Amino acid sequence: MSDRREANLLLLFITVLVLLNYPLLSLVDRQDRWLGFPALYFYLFFVWLGLIVAVALVVRKRKK
Amino acid sequence: MHTPDSAAKVLIVDDEPNIVVALEFLLQREAYQVQKAYNGVQALELAAAFLPDIIVLDVMMPGMDGFEVARRVRQMEALEMTKIVFLTAKGTQRDKEAGYSSGGEYYLIKPFDNEVFVNTINEIMAYG
Amino acid sequence: MALSLIVLCSLAYVMLLFYIAWRVDFSAVRGKSPVNNAYVYALSLAVYCTAWTFFGSVGRATTGGLSFLGVYLGPSLLAPLWFVLLRKMILISKNQRITSIADFISSRYGKSATLGVIVTVIAVLGIVPYISIQLKAVMFGINTLTHFGQAAPAPPAELWLDGGFWVTVAMAMFTAFFGTRKLDPNERHEGLVAAVAFESMVKLGAFLAVGLYVTFGLYNGFDDLFTQAQVHEATHKMFSLQDSGITPFSWNMLMILSLFAIMLLPRQFHIAVVENTSPRHIARAMWVFPLYLLLINIFVFPVALAGKMNFAANIHPDTYVLSLPLANGANWLALLAFIGGFSAATSMIVVEATALSIMFSNHIVVPLLIKTRSFGQGKDLVSGAHRLLDIRRVSILFILFMAYLYQRSVGSTYDLVSVGLISFTAAAQLAPAFIGAMYWKRATHQGAVAGLATGFLVWAYCLPIPSMAQAGIVSRDFIDHGLWGISALKPYALFGFSGVDPVSHAAFWSLLLNTWVYAIVSINTKPSTLNLTQADLFVNIHKYISWQDTDILKREAKIGDLKNMLDRFLGETRTLALFREYETNNGVSLTNHQVAQADLVNFVETQLSGAIGAASARLVMDSIVKEEPITLDEVMRILEQTREAVEYSRVMVEKNTELKTLTLQLTAANEQLKNLDRLKADFITTVTHELRTPVTSIRSLTKILLDYRSELSEEKIQEYLQILVGESDRISRLINQVLDLEKIQSESIAPEALQSVDMEALVSRTATGMEQLFREKEVAFSVQNDVPGACEVQGDYDRLVQVVSNLLSNALKFVPQGSGWVKARLFHQNGFLHLQILDNGPGIPPEKQAMIFEKFTQLSRRDTGKPQGSGLGLFITKTIVEQHGGLLRVDSKIGEGAMFEVRLPLDRFAKSTFAAAKN
Repeated sequence: MSDRREANLLLLFITVLVLLNYPLLSLVDRQDRWLGFPALYFYLFFVWLGLIVAVALVVRKRKK
Repeated sequence: MHTPDSAAKVLIVDDEPNIVVALEFLLQREAYQVQKAYNGVQALELAAAFLPDIIVLDVMMPGMDGFEVARRVRQMEALEMTKIVFLTAKGTQRDKEAGYSSGGEYYLIKPFDNEVFVNTINEIMAYG
Repeated sequence: MALSLIVLCSLAYVMLLFYIAWRVDFSAVRGKSPVNNAYVYALSLAVYCTAWTFFGSVGRATTGGLSFLGVYLGPSLLAPLWFVLLRKMILISKNQRITSIADFISSRYGKSATLGVIVTVIAVLGIVPYISIQLKAVMFGINTLTHFGQAAPAPPAELWLDGGFWVTVAMAMFTAFFGTRKLDPNERHEGLVAAVAFESMVKLGAFLAVGLYVTFGLYNGFDDLFTQAQVHEATHKMFSLQDSGITPFSWNMLMILSLFAIMLLPRQFHIAVVENTSPRHIARAMWVFPLYLLLINIFVFPVALAGKMNFAANIHPDTYVLSLPLANGANWLALLAFIGGFSAATSMIVVEATALSIMFSNHIVVPLLIKTRSFGQGKDLVSGAHRLLDIRRVSILFILFMAYLYQRSVGSTYDLVSVGLISFTAAAQLAPAFIGAMYWKRATHQGAVAGLATGFLVWAYCLPIPSMAQAGIVSRDFIDHGLWGISALKPYALFGFSGVDPVSHAAFWSLLLNTWVYAIVSINTKPSTLNLTQADLFVNIHKYISWQDTDILKREAKIGDLKNMLDRFLGETRTLALFREYETNNGVSLTNHQVAQADLVNFVETQLSGAIGAASARLVMDSIVKEEPITLDEVMRILEQTREAVEYSRVMVEKNTELKTLTLQLTAANEQLKNLDRLKADFITTVTHELRTPVTSIRSLTKILLDYRSELSEEKIQEYLQILVGESDRISRLINQVLDLEKIQSESIAPEALQSVDMEALVSRTATGMEQLFREKEVAFSVQNDVPGACEVQGDYDRLVQVVSNLLSNALKFVPQGSGWVKARLFHQNGFLHLQILDNGPGIPPEKQAMIFEKFTQLSRRDTGKPQGSGLGLFITKTIVEQHGGLLRVDSKIGEGAMFEVRLPLDRFAKSTFAAAKN
C-alpha cells in the first residue's frame, strides 16, 4: 500500500513540476483574463490548489 | 491522538504464551482486532483466513521458524498488503538482514518496550 | 500615529506570546504537550513566511509580476515528497540525536568537526542578510506608521540613538528568552513552537484582513481591481512574467532555490525535524502547509496592483501593506497589519537565531574551548550547563548584531526580497552534501568539504561581496572588469554567462560547481571507517529504525569518568537522572569504579551529542574513552561495505606472494582461535536468548500493570501476577543451572573429591529426597539391583547425586499423573556399572534423541505444549558422566516410555579413564 502511495506522490511531484515550469508556463503567460482573474494568476493558483487537494487525497487514512 | 482504523487486524505469532498475553492486551487496548497463533503452521492457516493488516512474528519457534513463515506469507497473493513485524530475541545484524530478506518490513527486538511496540504498529497503520 | 502606541501594542503582543509559551511549557512538563498535534506542526512550519512574505512579496510583485510566487510554489511542490524525504530526515535525526543541520551533515560524514564548522559558517554568514531584512522591516514599519508620507529619517551615526539598534537588542532578549531557557539534550522547545504556530495565525489573519479591505473595501472586488489595473500604465506589465522581464531561467532557478530552502534553512530544519514530536504529523502537514502558503499569497498581487496604481514613487512598494490602509484613514487596520508583519519578523528571528546559536556554540565555540582545555576540564568550573546556555546567549547577540550591521551598511540600499534571495542561495549550497548524505552511500567527507567550500566561495564572490561593493564598502572595480582584470571573472557574468539576474546567475554557478566538485572528490577519495558506518546508518536508516546498534566500534571507559564529564555539560541532576534511567532500562546497577561497556559509552555520547553536537561529543569522549582494537570479524564486515576496499585487499594479496603464505598461516592460526571463541560465544548467545524470553514477558506485563492497572479486572491482574511469578522462577532456575554448569565445566573433578560411592544407596537416598514430588504426582518408584556384591564406583559423590536427581526429575516431569511409574536398574556389564532409569512417559521421537543432550533443548509436554525447565539439565548430566569417564545414552520409542542409561567405569579402570577424560 505505502509503495503505491509513495509512487503516486512522486508522480504528483513530477506532474506539478512540469505544470509549473517552462515551456508549459509560457502558454498561459498572457494578458488574458479567465473568470475575471488574470490568466497566469488563475492558472498558478488553480494548479496549486489542485496539488493540495491531490496530496490530501493520497495521504488520507486508509478506510475499509 | 491517533485512533486505529476500527477494522485494523493484527495476527500475533509467538510460541511463548506469556508474551502473547502481553501483546494481545496492548493491541486490544488500541482497539485492534487480534488473532493468535503459537507456531508457524497455525500462523499460516490463520493468516489465510483472517487476512491481517499486520503480522507480529517471532523467529525462534519449534517446527517452522519465523523467517520461513514470512517467506510463505510473501507468496500468498491475498496477503500482498500485509506488513510483517518481526519481534524476536535474535538481535544481530545478520539476523536482521535475514529478516528483511525473508520479506519482513520491521524488526523489533525482545525484550521490547510497550510504547515502542504500540507506536510501531500505530505508525504502520497510519502510513500503510 | 504615536510611537508610544506602537511600542505599547508590540509589547502587549510580545507579552501574549510569553504567556502562550509559558502555558505550553507548563503543560508539557506535566506530560500533556499541546504541541504534539499535526496542525500545530503545520502552522509552525509556516515560520517560512517572514517579513519577506508579509511586506516584501508585495514590493517584489510591483517589479517582477507574479514571479514572487515561485518562493512558495517550490515548497508546495516539494510537499508530496515529504512523505519519504522528511520522514527519513526525522528518523535519522531522532536516532542520532541530531540538533541542527550542521550536526546532520557532520554526523553523516564521520562526525567530522571540520564539516560542522564549514556548515555553521555558511549558515551564519548566509543567513545574516536574511535576518537583517526582518530588522529592517520592523524599523520601516514603525517609520511608516509614525511618519506616513514623509521621507524616512536617515539613521543617526550614534548607535544608541538609532531605533534599529534597540529593535535588535529587544529581539536578542526575546530570542534568548525563548531559545535558551533550559538545556534540553533534544533541543526541543515546546513553548517556542506554540508561540510560532500562534504567530502564523496572526500574520495570516492580518494579511487576509488587509487583502479583503483593499480588494472589497477600496475596490469592488477582484474583477473591478483587475480590470482597472490591466489598463493602468503603471500596472499593465505586471500581468505577465515576460512583460515584467522575468526569464524562464530565473523562474526555474527561483523555484529550485525555494525548493531547497524549505528543507535546508536552519530554522526550517529546526522546526520540521528537531522540534518534530512525531513523524505521524507529516502526512497532514503535507497539505495543510501548502494550503497556508496559498492563503497568505492570494491577496499579495491585488495589494501590489492597488498600491502601484495609487502611490507615486515616494512610497516604497515594500510598505504598501501599511500605506494603503493609512492613506485611506484605516489606522487601526494599519496597526493590525504592522502587528502581523511584526509577528512574521519575530517568529523568523527567534527560530533562526535559536537554530544558528545551537550550531554556532556546538560546532565552533565549544570545540574551541575543548581544544584550549578551558571547558569541561579542571575543577574550578561552576556548571557546564550554565556556561553552555551563556554561550548560546552570546551567540544569539553576536548573530543579531551582525545582522544589524549588515542592514545598516548594505541592506538599506536593496529591497527586502533581493537581500533575502542572497540567503536562499547560501542555504542551497548545503543541498548536494545534504541530499547525498541520505541517498548516496559513496559520498565521502572530503567530497562534502570540497563541494561545500566551492559552493560557498562562488556564492560569496557572486552575491554578497559585489553587494558590499555596490554599497561602497569595497572597490567596485572587480564588478565591471573582473578580478585582476580578467573578464571571465566578472561576478555578475562568470565565464561570460551574462544577461540573467545576479541571483539566478550565482545560484546556477555555485550549485553546479558545488555538486560537481562534491561528486568528483567523493568518487576519488576513500572514506574512513566511521564515515562508512555513519553512511550506512543514514542511507539505510530503515534497517536501524527499531534499535540503536551502532556500537561497531567497541569502546570502554570508567563509569566515574563518564559521570564527571556528563556533569559538566548537563548538570548534576540531569546526569544522575540519566544514569538512573539507563540503570532501570537495562536492569543494571552501576558503580563508579566499574568499566562501562560499549553501549553505555554510546548512551553517554548520544546524550552529550544532544547538548554539544556530535563532533564535539566525539572529541570529548575521545579524551576519556579507550578504543579497543576492532576484531577481525568486525573489520571484515566494514570492509565488505565497499567493493573498492575488498578489491584493494585482493590486489594487495595477489601482488605479494610472500605475504600470501604468511597470510595463510595467520588465517589458520586465527581459525583455531576463533573456533575456541565460537564455542564460548554460542553458549553465551543461547543463555542470553533463554534469559530474554522470560524477561520480555516480565518487562511488558510489569509495565502494563504499572500503566494500565485501573483498566484491568481483578482476575486479569491475578493472571498477570501469576505469570510474573512463573517467569521469575524460570529465570532463577536458569541462573542456578548456568552457575552449576559453569562450575562443573570449569573444574574437573579434584582428586581429593574422589571416593568410593555406593550407587544403590545413592539412588535410594536421592529418591527419598524427592519423595514429596513422587507422592504429589502419584508416581510409583522402585529400584532393582542386579549387581553382585558391593555396588561401588570411584567418583565425586555430590556430582553423581546431581546426575541421579536430574534423571529422576526428568522422568518425573514426563510420566502421566496417577498412573506413572519410574524404575531404576543397576547391573554390571563389560567392566562398567550400568544405571538405567526407565519411565512410562510419552517417549522421545528418534530424531530428537541425539538433540536432547545439547544445551537448551527442551521437549514440549504433550498436554500443555509448554516446555518446562531450562534445557540445561541433561547437558549438565552428560558433562558430569563424561568427567567420570562414563557414557550417557537414551533409548526410547514413542508411546513406550524412555530409558536413560549411565555407564560408569568400575574402579579398576578409573585411573586411566580419568587421565583420558582430562586430556
